Amino acid sequence: MNWHRTFTVARTDVKQLVLAKDFWMPMGILGSIFFVIVPLVLLMSIASLGDVPAVQNVADTLEVLPQKAQEQIKGDTPQGRTSYALAVFLFTPMAVVVPLTISTAVGAASLVGERERGTGEFLAHSPAGTKEIYLGKLMASLVPGYFTTMAGFTVYALIVNLSVGPEVGEWFFPTQQWWLLMLWVLPGFLLIGLSLVLRLSGRVKSTAAAQQASGLITLPLIAISYAQASGAIYGTATTTVVIGAIARGISIISTWRGMQGVNRQRLLGVADGI
Amino acid sequence: MITVLLGPNGAGKTTAIRCITGAMSLDQGHIRILGLDPELDGETVRSDCGVVSAKPALFDRLTGWDHLTYASQLHGVAKAAIRDRVMVASTRFGIEHALDDQVGGYSTGMKTRLALARSVLHEPQLLLFDEPTSGLDPEAAQAVLALIRDMTADGHTVVMCTHHLVEAEGLADHVVVLDVGSDLVAGPPADLTRHYWPEDSVLIAVDSDPAAPTTLAHLTELPGVRRVEPANGGGDGPEALVVLDDPGVTPNVVAALTASGSRVRKVVPHEPTLEELYFAVRRSARNLREGSVAAPNNAELPGEESTP
Repeated sequence: MNWHRTFTVARTDVKQLVLAKDFWMPMGILGSIFFVIVPLVLLMSIASLGDVPAVQNVADTLEVLPQKAQEQIKGDTPQGRTSYALAVFLFTPMAVVVPLTISTAVGAASLVGERERGTGEFLAHSPAGTKEIYLGKLMASLVPGYFTTMAGFTVYALIVNLSVGPEVGEWFFPTQQWWLLMLWVLPGFLLIGLSLVLRLSGRVKSTAAAQQASGLITLPLIAISYAQASGAIYGTATTTVVIGAIARGISIISTWRGMQGVNRQRLLGVADGI
Repeated sequence: MITVLLGPNGAGKTTAIRCITGAMSLDQGHIRILGLDPELDGETVRSDCGVVSAKPALFDRLTGWDHLTYASQLHGVAKAAIRDRVMVASTRFGIEHALDDQVGGYSTGMKTRLALARSVLHEPQLLLFDEPTSGLDPEAAQAVLALIRDMTADGHTVVMCTHHLVEAEGLADHVVVLDVGSDLVAGPPADLTRHYWPEDSVLIAVDSDPAAPTTLAHLTELPGVRRVEPANGGGDGPEALVVLDDPGVTPNVVAALTASGSRVRKVVPHEPTLEELYFAVRRSARNLREGSVAAPNNAELPGEESTP
């Protein structure tokens, strides 16, 4: 395993993405909607509305949350508690949806895209091993999604602290659970999704087919990840660590299997079934 | 040395190159490249091969510089040497002025030059070119072929596939004619020509005259003339391929024609082209497949079969 070649493949792919405005602009907009626009509008609205019946109603619904989660909610006023709960609990899905959407869009086109452009021929004739190529592609797909998410998450944290912080009396975000979710749990789920999508990308005939099929994989994965991410946020730190460990374990197996599934014939488009 | 793989579409030329680098597995048989088995020592073999595919296989958004550094890094060129190698290769192939431009804006000829430069960056021993002139205009194709010829001066061994017989003419030191995955013949063009045309012959053209065909046919009555076969030289008058026992008989043939009143327009020793050789080989193979007993060296006349 030559890591230098793996990083070379990954770096070249990422460079192409950076140069592809038509790719990163929609992805940037997607991240902005989830991490900036929706939270900003919602949290600022609650803060500016004050103690009105609508906010009181939302505050009442917080009682349906698990006891552990309720104990974490800070704030002395209904709008303060509501804003806190929304900031910490409601936006959990975006931590999953954004990176998975972006990364699978990249990953779906990675191997089949090489074949369609004819650049797979160059890789197939290069000394790079198929495992190195696969891992390079995996990294190149992981980085944009995870980077966008972390950048968006940083902005989101700022918005939450600026808009809800005064209500709670301190800058409180990210909470411990969110740190664990972003740094420990999310990479595992992202890798599971990507390893599946890349295997698919090596097997289908066209990028369009890969995009369609990757949707079938990512939708249930988003649902599962959402459920697990919610559990990680609502539950204890131990629960979060266990969920993350399981996700990472599965991702390692899935990645290993993906590495075995790529061969040069697939890059050339002459393997059986292509 | 340049070995040219000739054959129609689907003959297995590209597959042969893919098998040479170990990118494809063999169904049967074995290959040794630089003393190694590509299936077992693929990484080493590929490190010593430079490949240019039929499609230039480039990324439109990356610059020429990006492509060359990418290839250098994949082939393990030392970081300190990459800049020099890129400059030398790009200058050699005349693309140094466009290195900072995105490849999407390159002409087809420049893309091919970039692909050629990329193939030599890591100083491989074996160069494999799959239809390198595909899609190029005649000037660009000629320039690329000249560059390929120059590469052999450095001691590179070149294997090139093409179905353009004209461009292989004069370039090939060794020819392999492929069909349906097997080689029909292999060897230096001169040896193969001698095999298919073992007899000396001259191509004779005379001015148009109603009696000319008969006059040419009667040359068989001359001592030293084995047979006369009509040829299609595309000129104004009739042409014939006169097969001789010895080239020294040629003056007698010309004298006989002149004496009979014919005006001789052209007398040239018949040196079969690669195109004639190719069609002779293909025809011979087809005859064998169909069970024909026709000898391969029997009267392979130019223009007998249409050009593909």
